[in-house]
This record gives sequence, structure tokens and C-alpha cells, in this order.
Amino acid sequence: MAAINLDDSVMTTRLDAVVNWARKNSLWPLPFGTACCAIEFMSMMASRYDFSRFGAEALRFSPRQSDMLLVLGTITNKQAPILRQVYAQMAEPKWVVSVGVCASSGGMYRTYATLQGIDRVVPVDVYVPGCPPRPESIIFGAMQLQKKIEKETLMARREHIEQFYASMDRQEKLQLERGLTNYQVVREMVLAAGENGEQKIW
Amino acid sequence: MVIERIDEQLPGAILDRHAFRGDQTIVVDRAALLGVVDFIYREGFQQLMDVTAVDGGQRDPRFDVVYHFLNLTSQERLRLKVRVADQESVPSLTGRFKSADWAEREVADLFGIPFDGHPDPRRLIMWEDYPGHPLRKDYPLDGGDAFCSQDIGASYAPDARSLNG
Amino acid sequence: MAELNVETPRTSDADRMIVNMGPSHPVTHGTLHIVLELEGEVIVKATPQIGYLHRGVEKLGENLTYQQFIPLTDRLNYCSSLMNNVGYTLAVEKLLGIQDPPRSRVLRVLCSELARIGDHLVCIGINAVDIGAFTAFLYLFKERETIYDLFEMMAGQRLHSSFTRIGGLFRDIPPEFVPLCEQFLESCPRAVDEMERLLTHNPIWADRTKGVGAIAPENAINWGYTGPCLRAAGVAQDLRVAQPYLDYETYDFDVPVGTTGDVYDRYLVRTEEMRQSLRIVRQCLDKLKEIGPGPVIVDDYKIALPPKEKVYTRMESLIHHFKLIMHGIDMPVGEVYSATEAANGELGFYLVSDGTKAPYRIHVRPPCFPIFSSFDEQVKGRLIADAVSILGAMNIIAGELDR
Ligand code: SF4
Repeated sequence: MAAINLDDSVMTTRLDAVVNWARKNSLWPLPFGTACCAIEFMSMMASRYDFSRFGAEALRFSPRQSDMLLVLGTITNKQAPILRQVYAQMAEPKWVVSVGVCASSGGMYRTYATLQGIDRVVPVDVYVPGCPPRPESIIFGAMQLQKKIEKETLMARREHIEQFYASMDRQEKLQLERGLTNYQVVREMVLAAGENGEQKIW
Repeated sequence: MVIERIDEQLPGAILDRHAFRGDQTIVVDRAALLGVVDFIYREGFQQLMDVTAVDGGQRDPRFDVVYHFLNLTSQERLRLKVRVADQESVPSLTGRFKSADWAEREVADLFGIPFDGHPDPRRLIMWEDYPGHPLRKDYPLDGGDAFCSQDIGASYAPDARSLNG
Repeated sequence: MAELNVETPRTSDADRMIVNMGPSHPVTHGTLHIVLELEGEVIVKATPQIGYLHRGVEKLGENLTYQQFIPLTDRLNYCSSLMNNVGYTLAVEKLLGIQDPPRSRVLRVLCSELARIGDHLVCIGINAVDIGAFTAFLYLFKERETIYDLFEMMAGQRLHSSFTRIGGLFRDIPPEFVPLCEQFLESCPRAVDEMERLLTHNPIWADRTKGVGAIAPENAINWGYTGPCLRAAGVAQDLRVAQPYLDYETYDFDVPVGTTGDVYDRYLVRTEEMRQSLRIVRQCLDKLKEIGPGPVIVDDYKIALPPKEKVYTRMESLIHHFKLIMHGIDMPVGEVYSATEAANGELGFYLVSDGTKAPYRIHVRPPCFPIFSSFDEQVKGRLIADAVSILGAMNIIAGELDR
């Protein structure tokens, strides 16, 4: 019987590192395209920039089958509860890339209708600036996310997501109590968060 | 000119008229609106391009409801205005023009001007229980969002960053 | 085992089924919500809900100066933003009663037509993708990237160019522009031909589009249709010919007209319009050569900013610059409605001025708003698959639909 050299076949590492390595290399994007940034995203998918070079070209339009939410475009107050729901429905673990200034901060629309940054309603991992960001920037944003996944711990990610679920429960409770539409509930939660300086509702 | 013919046919319907940079405008009595629209439709103004409103602020009556018509044969345009006070309603043109359907719903939603006889008077743009009518002059631009006038400080989504550490 | 507690929504008619399309659905491109009532596979009623991209542009416009509104027009129809810039500045110029210099007029036509080609490319490409033909999209987007390059050369931005200014243009085109544009004029017809080979005689494409969404001309007029959708129904209404602006009467081009107004005809009209637009671009390049170099913005420092060199060296110009930025343009009191033929149809701007630096009321008449309002009538009695192709051919751009 030949002696087994453990050094050749066994490798020790941290669980976090292994899992994250797998996670970062198999991102399944869900494009949540609402406005002009989605047009740049189309360019990114099309002939010249060709996002398939990065292995993430398999777009999934169902939140159940994806783990990277790309928010492309303006999120209005009317869209906010839908974004929250889509995020809640995604398979765990999940990451959010906010593409464009509209998604990141409301951009040039400081009005009654636009949500001033999606990080007020869902947790965001990477912000891509620009109006619209060039396709290169969006690709760079996705690469930054890979770097981030590499570094994070599994526990932190889980807590992060659970915090969000708690806010979904709060939303539901409020909705039942007050008998409002989900648009109005999220709007009022956001307004209250703005008043008390907390800024975010999750 | 169609305006003269309206005056002949429906005396007293036109309250005021003016032209600016070639745009003909007539202000029509609210009660005579449907009659005038019927008349100009038969005169060839068969496309209702747009319905909107202007909030006059302190003016009395407060709102102008503005209609833009196009005559496809002669390529003339006509602007028609109806003056209404707050809470006063305007007869709906949906019986004549299908394009009035959504356009009137939008005006009703954003200005709070009711349209009489509209078949589907739900809100179009904002949601059902949205408070207020945003395009009115006394509605604040930021919709009362304290965040809009606040400085975006370091407290902004701190958790998203700390994960990176 | 726990009992399953599922509630099924029931209508009075037990066979009816309610299906939600959107607000996050690939064919609605993210921002439309359509509630479909189905009987089996046939649509009985469609209730579109819009407003998911209502960003408050009109209200914002009342709080900005006339000049500052230009970037917001980009974001109305983001597939052909340059055309919106041109439409808006024409409206303000009508209010002011001025005209821009000849070179700027030609350049405005040039960039409008390039934008029109770009818009039609996206519309047809995406319509094909939604129906299931991915290949045409890739061919078309190659050309669209060239258009982006041209825009970037002109204005410095790929998508949101904000190229026009009140009284003219932001700047002249760089010398490298013309050779690339010539190259584009050569390659684009080839791409359109390729697309036609892929689609026009493709039996699947024909099956999915012919007879779908047909509309009678009187009905289309009553619904407020404009642009390619109206022309596909057989009404030869094109504002470039009917109410010429920017000297369109001096260009030589044809207006394609369909017969039935169905999705296939809309596709054919759009295809032919691209060819005609290429013709106009060709003529623009010739005209530019004829006119030679010259100013691209009016020489009135009460309307347009003086050139930077002058601002840095001359007191007068510095004052003009300051006055214009701080106090805006002196506007006459009045109201205008100005319409241009955008890629989707009539794009109108209604401006009310009370003489201050900001418009009292600004209203956009988006072309796809009335077209989309007819959606229920268009899809009634058809299959869901048809609804998808009709939606694509209407070319709904949520940015201008909701504003
Ligand atoms: S960031 Fe700019 S390009 Fe992107 S959606 Fe907002 S306005 Fe459009």
C-alpha cells in the first residue's frame, strides 16, 4: 500500500474563505432595470462590452434564481415596496449593486416622487456612480462586489440579511394596523426615518 | 378662421382669446365646453393632442384646464382653456376623444380637478391613498421629506460599509 | 400535517384568471404594471397601471431655470435623448422668438436623425428579443454603439448628451466626427439589410407580428396616435413635412406609410424610416461642407453664455456671464406649445412663462402616453404572447410615459 502524502491531497483553510470563493465566482444577476441606466446595461450585455466574459451573463428575471440584484435606474416611491419585495424574495445569500446616481442617492430628482437613495429601503453593497455609468463602470462595480464577497464573513452577511427581514415584518404589521397600501406604508416609514435622523428603514 | 365660426355658431361661448407666437388660444365657458368641442371636431380638429392644467396660485378662479387640438387636414393647432375654481369639476371629453381618458385622469390625479362623466376616475400616476396633489403650487417640491433638505452626513448607511472591513 | 391555507382569488366568472405582468417583468422593462384578466389563454381585459417611474420632472422644472431643464429632457426618452434636447430648446426659442444660426440648425437635424436611427434600432431589437429572436439585437447594437461614439464625440456623453443650448448648441463637432459619420453611413445600411434578412421574411417573425395589433386610421387618430404607429395605420402625418421646423422642408426624404397598423407594419415603417434618416444625415454632411465653419450659438449674451476666453479677459463678458447664471434669461410673458417629430411621435412642450427666470409651468406631451392608453383595446381577445409583441412595438419608454 502506497503511503498517502496528505500534503498533496488535503488543504486546510477557513470555511468562510472556501464558501466565499465559490460564491464570488457564481453570481447570478437579476437586472432590476427601471430607467435610463438599464439602457447602458443593455449595451453592457450586447456585442461590444460583452458581459459574458465575466461569467455572469446568465440573467435571471426571477428573484428566486438569482443572488446579485442590479438596481439600474430611478427608484420612485411607488417602486420602493416592489424593490423591497423583490429583494426579500431573492435566494440567500444576496447582494445589491446600486447602479447610477438615481439609485444611489436620488440623483438629480430631489422631488416628492423619487426615493432619495435605495439604501433607505434595502441594504446596498456596491454603489456605482455616474449618470448613466459607462458599461465599464458597471463591470468594475461587479468586480468590486466580488472583492467584497471574498473578504466578508458568513455570519456578518447572515445578520445583515436578517435585519432586513425584521423590517419587512414591521412593514407588514404597520400595513395591517393602519389599513394603507404598501406604497403609502413604505413612504411613511421612509419619512419617519428621515425625521428621526436614522435615514434607513431596514 | 375657426374661432370666428365658433363665435357665430355659439355666441357667448368664447370668453377670451389671444394669440402669442402664432399659437391661437381661446378661453371657453365651462358650460359651453362640450358644445364647442363638438363643433370644432366637426370642423376638423379631430385629434386631441394633450390635456393638462395650470395652477394659477392665488388667482380666481384658480385653475386653467388646457386642451391642445390638431387639425390633421389643415395642420392648424388650437388651444382651448377652461377656467375652474378649486373643487369645481370640468365635463369630460371621453365621449368624443378616447385620448382624453388617461390625460384627464392624470390631471385629476396631479391637480385634483374632478372630471364629470369620466368612466374610470381612479388615480393614474400616484397611488390611491397618496395625500395631496403634487402639481399644485402649494405642494412642496420635496413632498415634506425632511431628508431632502438635510445634509447627507456620515451616518449614511454605515452598515453597508463596515461589512467591507 | 399542517393544513395548506391557500386563498385563490375568485371573480364572478369562475374561469377568469388574473395575471399580473410586472411591475418587475422582463418585457415590461421594469416599470409597467399590467393586470390581465384571462379566460383560458385569451385576454378579456387589460388594466395598465403606470406611474412607477414618475419622477416629478414637471414640478422640478418649475423650480429650475430654462437652461437647467435641458439635462432633465435627456432623461425623458432615454433611447433618443438628443431629440428631446432639440424639441425643448425649440420650444424655448419659440417663446423667446429667436432662431439659432444656420450651422446649428443643420447640426440639430443631423443629431436628431442619428438619434432617431438609434431609437428605432433599440425598439426593433428589443421587440425581437421579447418575441424570442436574440440575433437581430446583437447585429443592431453594433451600430448603436457607433451612434454612441458619435454622440460622445459631439457632446462628451454616450447617452445623456445635453448637447443643445437655448439659442444653439453647446459646441461645434470635432474634426474626427465627419469621417466616423461617413463610415457609419456605409455600415448602417448593411446592418439594416442584415436585420431585414433575419426578420422581414422570417416566417416565425411574420406569424408573431402580422395582424397583431391592427388598428383603423380613424381609431388611431381618436386615440391620439402619432409617429410610426400612426403612419403604420396609413395616415401620412409627419411633423417634419406637415409643419416643418429646422428647415426640414429643404431636405429630400420620404415618409413611409403602412396599411394595417399591425406590429409588422410598424416594424416595416421603422425600418424604412431608418433608411430615410440615413439619407437626411448624408444631406446634412453635404450641407455642413457647404455652409463652412461658423457660429453654432446666437451672438446675444443675454441669451447664450459668452465664450470662456472672453469671460476671463473682458469685464463686459464677465458681467453677462454672471447675470445669465444668476438671473437667467429675460423671458417674455406668454405661453407656447411646440411640437417636434420625435422617434415615437409628436413630442410637445407646453411652456407657460410669467417673465421670471423659471418657467411657471412646464408640461411635456410624451408620444407614447396616448399610444399606451389604447393598450386594453389592442390586446382584447388576443393571447398573452401577442400582448408582448404589441407592447414592444408601441415602444413604451417609461421615462417619458410617467415623467
Ligand atoms: S442615474 Fe441618470 S442615467 Fe441612471 S437612471 Fe438616473 S437619470 Fe437615468
